[in-house]
Amino acid sequence: MQSKNFRVSARAALAGVAVVAATAVLAQSSTVDEIAKYRAALQDGNPAELWEARGEGLWNSPRGPKKVSFATCDLGQGPGVVKGAYAQLPRYFADANRVMDLETRLVHCMVTQQGYTFAAATAKPFGGPGTKSDIEALVAYVTSQSRGVTMNVPLAHPKEREAFVLGEKMFVFRGGTHDFSCQTCHGENDKRIRLQDLPNLMTVAGAQKAYTTWPAYRVSQGELRTFQWRLNDCFRQQRFPDLVFTSDASIALTMYLARNANGAAFDAPAIKR
Amino acid sequence: MRHYLLLWGCAAACAAAVMGCATAPTDLEVSQRATAVLKSSFVAKGQAGLDRLDQDETQRLCTLYATKPLPKDVAEMIEKLNMASIKWPTDGKWLGDWKNGERVAQEGRGKQFSDDPKGPVGGNCYACHQITPQEVSYGTIGPSLYQFAKLRGYTDEMRKYAYGKIWNADAYSACTNMPRFGHSQILSEQQVKDLVALLMDPDSPVNK
Repeated sequence: MQSKNFRVSARAALAGVAVVAATAVLAQSSTVDEIAKYRAALQDGNPAELWEARGEGLWNSPRGPKKVSFATCDLGQGPGVVKGAYAQLPRYFADANRVMDLETRLVHCMVTQQGYTFAAATAKPFGGPGTKSDIEALVAYVTSQSRGVTMNVPLAHPKEREAFVLGEKMFVFRGGTHDFSCQTCHGENDKRIRLQDLPNLMTVAGAQKAYTTWPAYRVSQGELRTFQWRLNDCFRQQRFPDLVFTSDASIALTMYLARNANGAAFDAPAIKR
Repeated sequence: MRHYLLLWGCAAACAAAVMGCATAPTDLEVSQRATAVLKSSFVAKGQAGLDRLDQDETQRLCTLYATKPLPKDVAEMIEKLNMASIKWPTDGKWLGDWKNGERVAQEGRGKQFSDDPKGPVGGNCYACHQITPQEVSYGTIGPSLYQFAKLRGYTDEMRKYAYGKIWNADAYSACTNMPRFGHSQILSEQQVKDLVALLMDPDSPVNK
C-alpha cells in the first residue's frame, strides 16, 4: 500500500514536472517565433542605404590635404574599381607588401594618396552617439557594390596563406579572465547565447552565412557596423583588451573567415537586431 | 610584426638550409607566431590589460588541443591542477541566498573593458544555461540546469560538486567552455555560494 501510494504521488509529481516543462517549452518557442517575425520585419527597408549613399559621396569627393578622391585607390581590381572588389578581400597588395582587408586598404589610400596621417585616417573607425565614421560609410558603399557577387578570396600568395593559417590559430586562442576563444561561441552547430543564434564559424556553411551578412545595420545601436567592428566587439565580450583597428590579427582573422565563406553569394550590408 | 616576419623568414631559411628545400613551418611554430601576432595587435583598455593575453597552463594546453582530441593524460593533468587550486568554503557552508544567486545568474556585466571596474560583476549564467523555468531567454552552450537538485538529490556531495564546478569547471572537465568563476576571481566566494543555492536550495524555483 505504501509503495503504491508512493508510486502514485511520484507519478503525480512527474506529471507536474511535465506540465511545467511543457509550459517553459511553449514560452520558449513563442519567444523564438516572435523574434523570427521581428527579424523578418526588419528586412523591409534597411537604413544601411543611408550609409551607402554617404559612402558613395565620400568615395567620389576630393579628400584630405592632397584633395584627391578614391578614383585612384586600387582595391585589388584596378584603380577606382569598386564593383565586386569586396568579394575578393582580404588579399595581398604588392605596393604595401601586406595582406589587407577593405578597411586597411581604405586607410592605406587615405594615407598614401589623400595625404592623411595614419592617426587621422584611423581616428574614428566606428561611429557612436552623435559622431559619424567616414570609414563605416565608405565600407557600406564599397560592400554594397559586391552584393550578389560570389565570394572568391584568393590564397595564391604566400602571405595570403600565412594570414589564413595564423587566423585559424587565433580563432582558438584561449585567454582573458573567462578562458574564452572565438571557438567557445562559434565552434558548434545550433547553439545560442540567450536567444541569439550563434553561427559555427569553423564550418563552411556557418562562415558563409555569417561573413556574407556583414557589414550590417544594427537596429539596437542605430549604426552600420563593419567586420572590423564585429571582431573588436567579440573580443570585448571575450574580456580581451582592445583589438587594434587594421591590426595584423584583425586582418588574419578576417582572412580566415572570408576565405571560408568562398563560394557563397555576398549579401550585405544586411540588417541585424 | 616586423620581428615576427623576421622570425618566420629565419625559420624558413634555416629549414631550407638543413633540408635543402623550403619547408612549411610546423604546427607548433604557426601557433607560436599566431600568439605573437595576436599579442602585438591589442592595446590595454579600461580594466582589460595586455596581461589578459598571457595564457596560464590550462589556457595554453586547451588552445594547443582545441581542434584535436585531448589526450587522456593531459586532461587528467589539467583537472588535477585545477582541482588543487579550488578554495573551498572555510565555514563549511555551501548554500547562500538563491534570490541573490538568481541576480548573479542574470547579470551579464563584469570584466569587459567597457564595464565600470567598480560596477557589478555577474556570472551571466543564462547566456549559456537554462536555469529557472521563468526565464525563457537562455542560451544553449551549456546543459540545462533546470531541476538541478531535484534530479540529482539534495546531498552534501552534490552541493560540494556544484560549488567546485562553479569555482573551477576545468577541475571536472578539462578544457570546458565554462569560465573558472572562483579561480579567475570573476565571482566572490559569497556569489558562488548564492549560485549553489540557486541550484541546490529546495525553495529555489530551479527545483520547483
